[in-house]
Amino acid sequence: MAPLLSAQLITKTFAGVRALRNVSFELRRGEVHALIGENGAGKSTLIKVMTGAVQPDSGALAVSGRAVPLMDPAAARSLGIAAIYQQPALFPHLSVAENMALALESGGALRRVRWREMNQRATALIARVGGAIDPDRLAGTLSMPEQQLVEIAKALGANAKALIMDEPTASLTHRETELLFDVIAALRRDGVGIIYISHRLEEIASIADRVTVLRDGETIATFQKGEASRQQLIALIAGREMAESFREGQGATGGAVLEVRRLGSPSGLRDISFSLRAGEILGFAGLVGSGRTRLAEALFGLTPADSGEILLRGRSVRIGSPENAIRLGIGYVPEDRRRHGVILDMPVSANVSLANLKSVSHSGLLRSTEERRLAEGYVARLRIKAPSVDIDTATLSGGNQQKVALARWLAINPLVLILDEPTQGVDVGSKAEIHRLIADLASRGVAIVMISSELAEVLAMSDRIAVMRDGALQGLLGREEATQEKIMSLVLEDRLA
Amino acid sequence: MRNRRHVAPAAIALAALAAVLAVAAPGYFAPDNLRDLFLANMPVLIVALGATLVILTGQIDISSGSAFAICSVAAGALAKAGLPAPAAALGACVVGVTLGAVNGALVAYRGIPSIVATLAAMVALRDALRWVTEGAWVQNLPAGFQWFGLTQSSYPLFAFLSVAILVLVVVVGMRHLAAGRWVYATGSNAESARLAGIDTALVTFWAFAAAGVFTGFAAALNAVRFDQIPPNTGLGLELQVIAAVVVGGTAITGGRGSIVGTVLGVALLGAIGPALTFLGVSAYWERAIQGGIILAAVAVEAIRARLQKNGRVLANQS
Repeated sequence: MAPLLSAQLITKTFAGVRALRNVSFELRRGEVHALIGENGAGKSTLIKVMTGAVQPDSGALAVSGRAVPLMDPAAARSLGIAAIYQQPALFPHLSVAENMALALESGGALRRVRWREMNQRATALIARVGGAIDPDRLAGTLSMPEQQLVEIAKALGANAKALIMDEPTASLTHRETELLFDVIAALRRDGVGIIYISHRLEEIASIADRVTVLRDGETIATFQKGEASRQQLIALIAGREMAESFREGQGATGGAVLEVRRLGSPSGLRDISFSLRAGEILGFAGLVGSGRTRLAEALFGLTPADSGEILLRGRSVRIGSPENAIRLGIGYVPEDRRRHGVILDMPVSANVSLANLKSVSHSGLLRSTEERRLAEGYVARLRIKAPSVDIDTATLSGGNQQKVALARWLAINPLVLILDEPTQGVDVGSKAEIHRLIADLASRGVAIVMISSELAEVLAMSDRIAVMRDGALQGLLGREEATQEKIMSLVLEDRLA
Repeated sequence: MRNRRHVAPAAIALAALAAVLAVAAPGYFAPDNLRDLFLANMPVLIVALGATLVILTGQIDISSGSAFAICSVAAGALAKAGLPAPAAALGACVVGVTLGAVNGALVAYRGIPSIVATLAAMVALRDALRWVTEGAWVQNLPAGFQWFGLTQSSYPLFAFLSVAILVLVVVVGMRHLAAGRWVYATGSNAESARLAGIDTALVTFWAFAAAGVFTGFAAALNAVRFDQIPPNTGLGLELQVIAAVVVGGTAITGGRGSIVGTVLGVALLGAIGPALTFLGVSAYWERAIQGGIILAAVAVEAIRARLQKNGRVLANQS
């Protein structure tokens, strides 16, 4: 019998970066097929291809043995392919029944709304997934598991034969997770095929019939249930030959610059302690949402810590706002470059000077010649490709925008520089240059905190590696003892139920 | 922001209007006419300076007309209480900064959308003033208040110099003070600005407070021209002001624009009405033409934004 859904030799490239290469994947009727891999391995792209959200460059899709030449969201829906995401996407101000009707009904703007039918259908569909939710309730008042049930019911109502679940348990408690598994088991008995994406290997071991590992946009292996051990899976997820280290014979040069003791924050950080020396690069590994960015935000005063202590060069400091942090010599290059790292509407020169306007001012007045000289210095030093420092930063490429963001913080002569995903979405050439720059900064004595979801990058750049999970530090590994398997194992460890 | 392309449309339109007038109605440029033109548009110009700051931070203030009325009445009342004109003007500025600070605090620290906060202020202030004055005009102003204690013939020069200095100070401040840079950064991308260590709430607060000072000053400088002050003065002023700022090329969404542009915007919208009279066109067309100019300004801005976006895509592909 032909598989329910099959993808053959899918290749997809985004702006020169290959997200998928010759990936093949198939889903059978009544099967739970888990898809695993680290962040950026290509899982999301593969899902988007299968739901028609993006078009592959090459490869073929087939549903129940029939080729689908052009998959778009409408085609996916009519073929019974539905996806539910980690964050349910319901309209909070509409009722449960209305939310479901929006997905299920079609027709003109003037057709009559049959409220009673709509409510009955919603109740019936929710009952089918084992829930009891009043269809009149506003979606915004539902709990997370209730919202997920509504999403699943919606998918069933659309006669989904293939259901894609992207980390459905990420925001569920242990008990809620078990309820979800009951629903999944029931769907499976009805012949629905489920693609299940999760970072939690224990969960996968208990519910998946098959597991496929993706890495760097390629399918690495597919196993039947029980065929591969947890250790094997971790090794395959991490895989990859050890990238060459950028930091031969380097390492910390000075004393402790930053010391963090038992730090806790209202954003959910718990009991974090570590120290960082001048010239040292401390890499932070972990999944998205593990608390790495929140730690950066606490150190930079965006969501100040409410317990524990931060010492800078041995002195206890309170970092209550970004201004405090900057005055103390802490710089922060945030993750979302376009939204937060640079101001796109401003010229390169204004972006470079923004955190340190004093250095280009005389008796309180900004001197544009000095500002341009400062910016031109960094354009040369960081090899930023810009025709002039007067052009809007928006006109530069992603890698060059990131260098402008970096230049802003170099201009404050930082003691500590926090880099959050410094090479995300940057082309290969700029990436190598940014790595070289970071290594160069460290050799000049800047203490660097580098958050990255790319294991190879963390391993190649860091003197020590900190692993975070659920807002806490899971371990600190020295360069010699750190291996991909060790880090991945700390990253993925299931939380205690 | 440093490039001045955004003022080009207003500058070109103004030059074109001047060219037409120079040929068809050279009488328009008679000193008396220009003086009257300046005095008639002076309040809009001064208030628009502050409004430019507010709009550049990404906010809006529609209470300036009501605040203008309160400041005018306050200036008159203080003068009648025996204060000399400069002190009465200072009093008006204090009233203005207080009203502006309330708006600013509500927007910056209470998170109330500026259109809502200032709409409430616009209505409440206007009605409060009506209740306090019971609709009565402030009359019998002391002689020392008239013309700011100057003569009717020397006052225009004084007013012109005051406004010129004010414009210069704001232009220089926006270009050469860190505070000016903070205003642009806050309006361009508040979150990004915050991550660069800028206290964006404080910047927003001060933009409103500064707008209040300008409103107070405009009210006082205007009130001395008349021998009585009607409490319904400044009705609709806020719309004239916002129109001028937009026509001057400042993006209504904040972050892009300039004081120079606003001056040109005020000049263009203010010059058009009398120009029609001089050109023998029915004055009934004034509002329609002003509306057309505003629409054109917004369209130019939209086209510019689209071109820039396309340019961005090209740059990213190369």
